[in-house]
Amino acid sequence: MELLFLLAVLCYMLSSAWYFAFLFFQKKRLRQTGCCLLAAGFGLQTLEIAVAFARCGHIPAGNLHETLAICAWALVGAFLVFQYRYRVNILGIYAAPMAALILVASAHLPRATASRPDLFKSFWLVVHIITIFLGDAALALACGVGILYLLQENAIKRKNPGFFFRRLPSLDRLDTTGHACIVTGFTLLTIGIITGMIYARAVWGHFWTWDPKEVWSAVTWVFYAALLHERLAVGWRGRRAAIMAIVGFAVLLFTFLGVNFLLQGHHGQFMKPKQ
Amino acid sequence: MEKILLIGLNHKTAPVDIRECLAFSPADTESALEALTADPAIEESVLLSTCNRVEIIMAAARPDEAVAAAKKFLAVYKQVDLKKFENSLYLHRGRDAVRHLFRVASSLDSMMVGEPQILGQLKEAYRSATVKKASGVILNRLLHRAFFVAKRVRSETGIGDHAVSISYAAIELARKIFGALEGKRVLMIGAGEMAELAVEHLIRHRVAQVEVANRTFERAVILARRYKGTPVRMEEVGQRLVEADIIISSTGAPGFVITRDQVKGVRRKRRNRPLFFIDIAVPRDIDPGINRLGNVYVYDIDDLKGVVEENVADRRKEAVKAERIIDEAVIGFNKWYDSLDVVPTIVALREKYHRMARREAAKTLNGIDHLSARDRESVFKMARAIVNKILHEPTAYLKSDGCYGNRAASIDITRKLFNLDNDD
Repeated sequence: MELLFLLAVLCYMLSSAWYFAFLFFQKKRLRQTGCCLLAAGFGLQTLEIAVAFARCGHIPAGNLHETLAICAWALVGAFLVFQYRYRVNILGIYAAPMAALILVASAHLPRATASRPDLFKSFWLVVHIITIFLGDAALALACGVGILYLLQENAIKRKNPGFFFRRLPSLDRLDTTGHACIVTGFTLLTIGIITGMIYARAVWGHFWTWDPKEVWSAVTWVFYAALLHERLAVGWRGRRAAIMAIVGFAVLLFTFLGVNFLLQGHHGQFMKPKQ
Repeated sequence: MEKILLIGLNHKTAPVDIRECLAFSPADTESALEALTADPAIEESVLLSTCNRVEIIMAAARPDEAVAAAKKFLAVYKQVDLKKFENSLYLHRGRDAVRHLFRVASSLDSMMVGEPQILGQLKEAYRSATVKKASGVILNRLLHRAFFVAKRVRSETGIGDHAVSISYAAIELARKIFGALEGKRVLMIGAGEMAELAVEHLIRHRVAQVEVANRTFERAVILARRYKGTPVRMEEVGQRLVEADIIISSTGAPGFVITRDQVKGVRRKRRNRPLFFIDIAVPRDIDPGINRLGNVYVYDIDDLKGVVEENVADRRKEAVKAERIIDEAVIGFNKWYDSLDVVPTIVALREKYHRMARREAAKTLNGIDHLSARDRESVFKMARAIVNKILHEPTAYLKSDGCYGNRAASIDITRKLFNLDNDD
C-alpha cells in the first residue's frame, strides 16, 4: 500500500521533470516519456485505491489524506483523457506537478479514518464521490488551459512572440479544449450534486438542508452554468472565458477545501477522526 | 573521394539573368540526364535545377575530363556561350562536394536559410536520375545520406522553425490564433506584392473564401478572379467584418480604413470569434487601438518586421548546430567511401572467414582428445585451405579488371553479401 503510494508520487514527480524538460527542449521523446510516467502513476494509484476499497469495503475517502489522493488520481485521469482527445501536450507542466504536489501534501495529513464507516456504505455515495472528483479535475484542467491561453494571448497581443508563443498551441485549440473541460466538468458536477442529494435524503431524510457545503456547491454550479450559458448566448470565448475558468476554479477550491476548514457542515462528519 | 564532383552556380555566384538561361525544366532534366549519361567521362550524374541554383553532381574516374564534359554540356545544351557563365561556376571535389551537397539539402546554402522546398526539389532531381539510371552506387548512397542529414538537421535544430519573411510571419501568427486556417474567411483590402503573397500563402492553407475590396471596383474584380474570390466595394468593408476572420490591408489611403468603433460594433454580431488584422500599408490602414479590443489582434508592418528579425537571429544560431551535424555526416560518408577500396574489402573478407574456420576447428577438436599435436595442426591447416579455396574466386573477381566498370558496386555488394560492415 505504502509502497504503491510512494511509487505513484515518484512517477508524478519524474513526469513533471520530463514535462518541464519538454517545455524547454521541445523533443517528442520527452513528452512521450512524461505521459507514460503519468499513466504509470495513474495505474499504481488505481491499484492502491482498489486495494483499499477491497479491504475496507467502501470507497477510501474517509479523511483528507485519502480524499486528496483521490483528487490527484482524478486529475491525472482527466488529464490523460483530455490529452488523448485534444493533444494539448504542454498541459502536462500543469497537471503532473499539481498531482505530485497534492499527493505529497496528502502524505503529511493524519490518516485516522472517519468515525462512522457505516455512512460510506451506499451506492449513491460512490457515484457521488467519483463524479464530483472527476468533475473537479476537469475544471482544474480548464483552469490550467485558461492560464496557458492567457500566456499565449499575451504573447500575441504584446507582439513579442517569445518563449511561450512557440511552445503553446494555438488560441483556438486552447479555447476549444478549455470549453470541453468545462462542459465535461460541469456535467459531472451536476451528476455529483444530484447523487449527493439522493444520498443525503437516504441518510438524513432531506434532499437539501442549506448546509454551507451545499450552498457553496450551488454557487459553484451556478457560476459554471452562467459561464456556459454566456458562451452559447453571446459567445463568451477567448480571454474572458479563460479568466472565468480560472476564477471558477478558485470558487471550486473554496467549496472543496475552504468550506471544510472555515465553515462547519455535515461533510465534517466524514472527516472527523475517531475519538 | 576524388571521384565525386559537384559543379554549378547559385544565387550567390550568378545573377538571375544567367541563372534563368541555365535553368532546366523537369522535362529538360530528363533529356539532359540522358545526354550526361551518354558521355563516357561521366559515370554517374544527378542534375539539380531550382530557381536559385543549377548543379550537376557527378562521379567520375577521371575528374578533369568529367568537369570539362559537364561545362561543355551546359554550354551546348543551353546554347549559351561558356565564357558568359564560366566565372560564375563553382567546382567542389571530394569531401567539399559532399559537404556542399549536404548543406544544400539541409537548406543552409539557400537564399532564405532554412526554407523547406529545397529538399523536395533535390528529391525530385534524384528521382529523375534514378528513372534515367543516371545515378549509381556512389551517388545513390550520397543522395540518401543527404536526405538523411537534411532530416536530422530539420528535427534536431530549429533552423526551419520560424518564418523569416513578412508574409510568412503573418501566416504563422494566424495559425497561432486560429489553429488550422481551413475554412477561414479572408478579406483583402487594397493590393500590393506583400499582400498578394500573403493571400497566396493563405489559399495554400485552404481558407474557405477570399473577398477583395479595392478603391476601383474593376481592380477588385480582376484580383478576385485571380483568387477565385468575390469582389467587394470599398463601402461594404464595414459590413464584411462580420463574416471575415483574417483581414489583410494594404491601401494607399492617408487615414485609417477601419476604425476602432467599426470593429467594436461588429464584435457582438461575430459572437466574439477572433479577428486578425494584418496591416501592411504605410501609412497604416487599421487603427492600432483595435488591438486593445478582446479577441481582436492587429499586426502592422513594423510588428511583423520585429517578429521576422527575431526569427532570423534564431536561425543563425541554429545554423551553427546544423554545420556540426553536417561535418559529422561528411566523416561518416567518407568512411563508407573508403571501404569501397578493394584491398580493405578483401582483407576484411579473409579475416572474417579464417577466424570463423579457426573457431570451428577448435570447437571440433575440443571433443577429441586422442589426437597428437601434429594431427591437430593438420586439421587447422585443412580448415585454412578450405577457406582459401572458397574465397579464391570472389577475390580474383574483385581484383580483376573485369569488374572495373562497376567496381564500386561489386565491392558494395560484397560488403553487404558477407556482412563485413556490422560484424561483431
